[in-house]
Amino acid sequence: MSLVTATIKRDLLLAARNPGEWLNPLMFFLMVAALFPLAVDPDPKFLSKIAGGVIWVAALLATLLSLDALYKADVEDGSLEQWLASGESLYGMALGKALVHWCISGLPLTIMSPVLGLMLSLPADAYAALLLSLLVGTPVLSLLGAVGAALTAGVRSGGLLLSLLILPLYIPVLIFSASAVYHAGIGMDYNGQIGFLGALLALAACLTPFAAAAALKLNLSR
Amino acid sequence: MWQWLKQLYHRLGSPKWFYEITGKWIPWLAVLSVLGCVAGLVLGLAYAPADYLQGNSFRIIYIHVPAAIIAQSAYVMMAVAGAVYLVWKMKMAAWVAKVIAPIGASFCLIALFTGAIWGKPTWGTWWVWDARLTSMLMLLFLYFGVIALQQAMDSEESGFKAAAILALVGLVNIPIIKYSVEWWNTLHQPATLKLTEKPSMATEMLIPLLIMIFTTYLFFALLIILRTRNEILWHERKRSWVKEILEH
Repeated sequence: MSLVTATIKRDLLLAARNPGEWLNPLMFFLMVAALFPLAVDPDPKFLSKIAGGVIWVAALLATLLSLDALYKADVEDGSLEQWLASGESLYGMALGKALVHWCISGLPLTIMSPVLGLMLSLPADAYAALLLSLLVGTPVLSLLGAVGAALTAGVRSGGLLLSLLILPLYIPVLIFSASAVYHAGIGMDYNGQIGFLGALLALAACLTPFAAAAALKLNLSR
Repeated sequence: MWQWLKQLYHRLGSPKWFYEITGKWIPWLAVLSVLGCVAGLVLGLAYAPADYLQGNSFRIIYIHVPAAIIAQSAYVMMAVAGAVYLVWKMKMAAWVAKVIAPIGASFCLIALFTGAIWGKPTWGTWWVWDARLTSMLMLLFLYFGVIALQQAMDSEESGFKAAAILALVGLVNIPIIKYSVEWWNTLHQPATLKLTEKPSMATEMLIPLLIMIFTTYLFFALLIILRTRNEILWHERKRSWVKEILEH
């Protein structure tokens, strides 16, 4: 297990020393959300209706943007080969990598989201639902995305391909979380949607590392 | 029975055996699917009574439902073939999985297209963001993803493997499509056919539908066989038995 924690520590340190890695998706998140009032309608009444969905779509795209680099460096500099040679489980590595990705993308997005809620005049009742849905939902995005990143790590111009593979799989998360924020905004109960997100998270945390590990081996066999 | 299945499985792994045996099946499958299609469509379009609510517009069910069923079972079949390839490294399974992807995507497109045509007179709109429709659209995107990933890889083998992994991950979508009409209160009507219950439609309407579903499966099998044979010929082109066939 020590190798997994060492990798997590190393990756977090790399992200801390190279702030662009986690700041750029965050800026992207802000800008995408800012485009909607400009392009659609700046009327606060209208914005409060779509705010939850817009924030979620922006978070999803920002996550996607930062996924491309997840395994690229490790494939290129041979860290991945060393990992396989060490005999340590790839399952742990895949899970650790997804965790690191969430720490540098999902977590900052979640912390940042109330500011966006303010800009998009999100109803006051919906903030708790927004934070909760992002907190439970963004790890699912990282876990699923890690599978796509592992599959496309060795492909030239894999970024676009990655979005093509992963976006359909993101749709259930988007549906449940946007619906949770919307229902909270109109004063309804949203436990069901958060429960579904929790179930998705449990499922993704158990199963996606297997797929990611298989995909990583695929990159090594070439 | 088990022994026989095991033997069949091992034989399926041999491209030569597959090529020879399916060569005999092609005329039968072709004739049966044409006959079944004509019978099903004539019965369905001309003899089945009009629906008391939807009138004649319901008749598109004879294309829509078989296409939708095949689109889903094709995906499951592709994922299973991919898993067989990942576990047992059977080349035939990889070729079958590769061949199914575009066929399944086509059936998915047909189901969405006929659904849109059916939706216009009955719901008053071509498209709604309903759970069943959205999840079918997801299925189409998944097919596109599998095809794109397979083609993006440098070596064909890693393309097969990557596509198989993606297909297995995407398998979660199948129960979502299947139960979307039951879990959510949707505009799309509930399943017409269920194994456990009495069918919700009249026998004169049901028989053509069953014929069409069966026929579409046959047609699907025919398409898979034809395309897999091409794959076999291409991949085994340096083998002596293929050279013999090509010389004649």
